[in-house]
Amino acid sequence: MSTTDADLQHGHGTPVLELRGVTKAYGGTPVLRGIDLAIHEHRAVVLIGASGSGKSTLLRVADLLEELDDGDVLVDGEVVTEPGVRPLETRRKLGMVFQSFNLFPHLTVLENIVLAPVKAHGMARADAEEHARTLLSRFGLAGREGEYPDRLSGGQQQRVAIVRALATRPRALLLDEITSALDPLLVGEVLEVVRELKREGMTMVITTHEMHFAREVADEICFLHEGQIVERGAPDQLFVDPQRDETKRFLQRLLEAQRP
Amino acid sequence: MMRPDPQRAGEDPAGDASAGGPTRQEVRADAKRRRATRDRLVAFVAAVVVLGGLAAVVLTSPGWPSVKELFFNRQQFSEHFPDVLGGFWLDIKLFVVIEIGVLLLGLLLALIRITRLPVLFPLRLLATVFIDVFRGVPTVLLVYLFGFGIPALELSGLPTDPMICGGIALCFSYSAYVSEVYRSGIDSVHPAQRSASLALGLSESQTLRHVVLPQAVRRVIPPLLNDFIALQKDVALLGIVGVIEAFRLAQIAAAEQFNYTPLLAAALLYLCVTIPMARGVDVLQKRRARRQNAAGAA
Ligand SMILES: Nc1ncnc2c1ncn2[C@@H]1O[C@H](COP(=O)(O)OP(=O)(O)OP(=O)(O)O)[C@@H](O)[C@H]1O
Ligand SMILES: [Mg+2]
Repeated sequence: MSTTDADLQHGHGTPVLELRGVTKAYGGTPVLRGIDLAIHEHRAVVLIGASGSGKSTLLRVADLLEELDDGDVLVDGEVVTEPGVRPLETRRKLGMVFQSFNLFPHLTVLENIVLAPVKAHGMARADAEEHARTLLSRFGLAGREGEYPDRLSGGQQQRVAIVRALATRPRALLLDEITSALDPLLVGEVLEVVRELKREGMTMVITTHEMHFAREVADEICFLHEGQIVERGAPDQLFVDPQRDETKRFLQRLLEAQRP
Repeated sequence: MMRPDPQRAGEDPAGDASAGGPTRQEVRADAKRRRATRDRLVAFVAAVVVLGGLAAVVLTSPGWPSVKELFFNRQQFSEHFPDVLGGFWLDIKLFVVIEIGVLLLGLLLALIRITRLPVLFPLRLLATVFIDVFRGVPTVLLVYLFGFGIPALELSGLPTDPMICGGIALCFSYSAYVSEVYRSGIDSVHPAQRSASLALGLSESQTLRHVVLPQAVRRVIPPLLNDFIALQKDVALLGIVGVIEAFRLAQIAAAEQFNYTPLLAAALLYLCVTIPMARGVDVLQKRRARRQNAAGAA
């Protein structure tokens, strides 16, 4: 077996991030059951699936925040899940943004952003701060450098979290339901940031329940069901003409839930 | 979970002060001020009545004249106060030195207990035993055992001064408590904070140092200050192994004079330090409660 779905669809070059046969169980309950996924440079893959299908776990395993049971994770073609390899280097190459922002409440916006570049990447503080200011003003956060996170709205906090992840110049961004904890009025401003990143060609893996948005930014949609990717394809294909019954049912339920 | 605030911070609705005549706002503010004045007056009168009543009961009791002579003797007070105050300086110095030791050793014990490194297992076991033992034995007993026991061992390298040995006992005893305070603070930092830090590429130790510990320490400052107050008082325990500090001096004077007023002088001195500390804790806790309410309401 040498050709995967990913190869067939956009097949050349080494993927920035790749999962091969990844399995993961929590206390005997399988959560990921053989995940194969490849994300090529400048592409955005959106993971959809019911609550508990394993989306967050997949991202956490990819960022080596959780240890996998079997299979491999590769970054730029290198296996990073060999027992001897330290996860630190991999985490430095990937950026992650969480549903609940997870900004550091005791640090100002600027300190939140420059902490990792300075401490983990050895960047000079002045350079890191300059880069941070550039990013902040690009995402409409100029003048917020000195504020503490609890003084910002949820949308602003999440944009700061995205800037914080970008500040380390990651090879790829992993975004885990970054708008789920937001007031509906603030979802737009955060999604706009992701659109902008997409236009710039940032490589991304995104989990979301916002189907319109998924359709808009995704190069590929993967439908996760009980720890397996049961269907994948271009947004126009998967949303319009899903092949599997599970996918159809999921999309149907989602449609009903989102109808006013 | 934080609720996002739909209103952006900084976009204060501009409060415009219109000129001429008391506005509704001013009338309300005035009423509020009057109410506050009345409340203060009521509180004051109540305090006078209660305290005055208590004083009357004590002062008219049949034993009061002899109690006054034994405990509140003005001449005894002025005679011995300077001595006791001199001894109290030693209390303060001992307190500061021991407290610094407690803060460092307590943190070290807490860090040893939370590490998962297998190599550190023996150390972790040791720390657990240390904490169990020194929390489990009455402090006064520890001061006795260390203050008299360690010098009696006559081992070279070990201190022989009862003050140092007793001080070490106090330090160990309080470190055991304080390490648990630190640990509860560390446990109270949400695991997502750790995840976020690791995801940014910080190492475990960097995460501890820059993300977890600063938040943990901030949270435990009020309980730490409470332990400070307790330690400040317990320095007097060193008097029993012969350290001539305020309590011991007062005790000697009291025995010589058959009068307890010097002890009262010592008590007053302790209060001079512990009461401001207690108020400090109050202020901190109030400020924190206010901040939490603000965060919760946002
Ligand atoms: N640390 C953990 N310990 C035990 N079980 C866990 C842990 N993390 C996740 N799980 C379980 O793994 C399953 C998948 O969880 P995961 O968070 O990956 O789902 P998800 O697809 O992200 O769901 P959601 O849409 O609700 O975020 C769930 O059944 C969850 O209960
Ligand atoms: Mg999830």
